[in-house]
Amino acid sequence: MPPYTKPIPTVTPELRPFFEAAKRRELVVQRCRGCGTYRFPARELCSNCLSRASEWVRVSGAGEVFSFNVMHQVYHPGFAGEVPYAVVIVKLAEGAKMTSNLVGVLPGDIRIGMPVRVVFEDISDEVTLPRFAAVSSPGV
Amino acid sequence: MIPYTAIAGLGITQQGKVYDRNHVGFAVEAVQLALADAGLDRGDLDGLLLNPGLSWGEAAMGSFQLQQAMGLRNLRLSATMNAGGATAAAMIQHAGGAIAAGMCTTVACVFSDAPLKPPKPQGAEKGGGGSAGAYGFARGLDAAYGQFGINAMYAMVARRHMHVYGTSNDHFGAVAVAQRQWANRNPAAQLHETPLTLEDYHRSRWVVEPFHLLDCCLVSNGGVAVIVTSAERARDLKRPPVYVRGMGQGHPGGDPAETLTSGAVLAKETALRMAGLTLADVDVVELYDCYTFTVIVCLEDYGFCKKGEGGPFVADGKTAPGGALPVNTGGGQLSSFYMWGMTPISEAVIQLRGDGAARQVPDARVALVSGNGGILSTHSTLILSGER
Ligand SMILES: [Zn+2]
Repeated sequence: MPPYTKPIPTVTPELRPFFEAAKRRELVVQRCRGCGTYRFPARELCSNCLSRASEWVRVSGAGEVFSFNVMHQVYHPGFAGEVPYAVVIVKLAEGAKMTSNLVGVLPGDIRIGMPVRVVFEDISDEVTLPRFAAVSSPGV
Repeated sequence: MIPYTAIAGLGITQQGKVYDRNHVGFAVEAVQLALADAGLDRGDLDGLLLNPGLSWGEAAMGSFQLQQAMGLRNLRLSATMNAGGATAAAMIQHAGGAIAAGMCTTVACVFSDAPLKPPKPQGAEKGGGGSAGAYGFARGLDAAYGQFGINAMYAMVARRHMHVYGTSNDHFGAVAVAQRQWANRNPAAQLHETPLTLEDYHRSRWVVEPFHLLDCCLVSNGGVAVIVTSAERARDLKRPPVYVRGMGQGHPGGDPAETLTSGAVLAKETALRMAGLTLADVDVVELYDCYTFTVIVCLEDYGFCKKGEGGPFVADGKTAPGGALPVNTGGGQLSSFYMWGMTPISEAVIQLRGDGAARQVPDARVALVSGNGGILSTHSTLILSGER
């Protein structure tokens, strides 16, 4: 397997639970203990109710494409072989939005509202990245 | 209401691929030009507000640097301001407030930048892109997924607008074409001599879909300054005053991809109420066009058309030369030059003074000027008029 050449995110204390869960093939999202709002990425306090109390909870991994773009310029050499590639915003069933990529879908086939579910890709010993795959029909 | 402040001087340096001066030099020259335009000299300045561009550095004490460079003594007002793309108009608003409060009398509001470097010879390292700042978003997660820079984030919002309202690349292209037609009438525009058709627009390379290169504003080296003073004093100066009749800001917060709405909704309400005017009184519109898409959203949010109908409104030719609503009459930041909000302000001053020559809008008495920043998250509005 060729070496992984794209940027690898730093596992910061705030995001450690997220990356630890991803290693276990689980998607977790921070949820406010004050009002129940799901938020991504992690923040120190809730902008809805200003509570500082939060917990990481496992979510279904189901969602839909909320928006997407197609990157045509090479901003990092790790993506040089991939342009044009799509970046998506996935709106999870629980409401939080995540920036990510789709796997197995060509940029020209991406549609807003397309149902997707999380898949995981190990990119280093420490980091596993959640990406998303299209759900071809309900229940699959 | 009786206006209490006015723009009394305008200074615009050379714009674009001007490599022999740096950002401080451009700022000083812009202030000198604005002072000369007003018939003042630097000793008359007791206020200085600066919106530093990228070249000034992230933690720059910019207004202090500029003060030192200009040898200004005993300023009664000095600050470096940042409200994103809303800053330029916000500087004029803060200057006006300070003058009305009696803190100072004569304020230079300045923007300058020099991010363009001379082209390197063939084979040299390709510059641009992937700045370290891009990695700060979401602790590097955006970079891990290949999302870099502001274009990419704005593209997400534009795509939602297309999905929800049926806005298309033809609509975006119509903005680019209309503004180029204005630029073709403006000898000072960087793209003055470059005509543009909708076909040319569609052929221009993709930067990040749904944005072609021609959806994105220019990059420019240069500086712009305006002198703000009281309405009374402005009447005694060299050029006809451009009165600040109304001013407002709007900073909505929230997720712009969800709301698809800018701060113009809030900002225009304050500004029009202060001016005692309605949209029907507006003769020229100068919008902050960081993207073609932004023009469409702002036309909707100001209420020149219904929400979601900005695209068809522009495609109908309404904003182009000869149209019912002249918009970005110098070519805007897409086709003339990119001075972070000083572009629309300077064009409004030119139009209201009747200095527009080939691009002059007949009987231009009231101009609506706006600044938009962040991802539709900061906004400022000025209602300017040559008449009290
Ligand atoms: Zn909360």
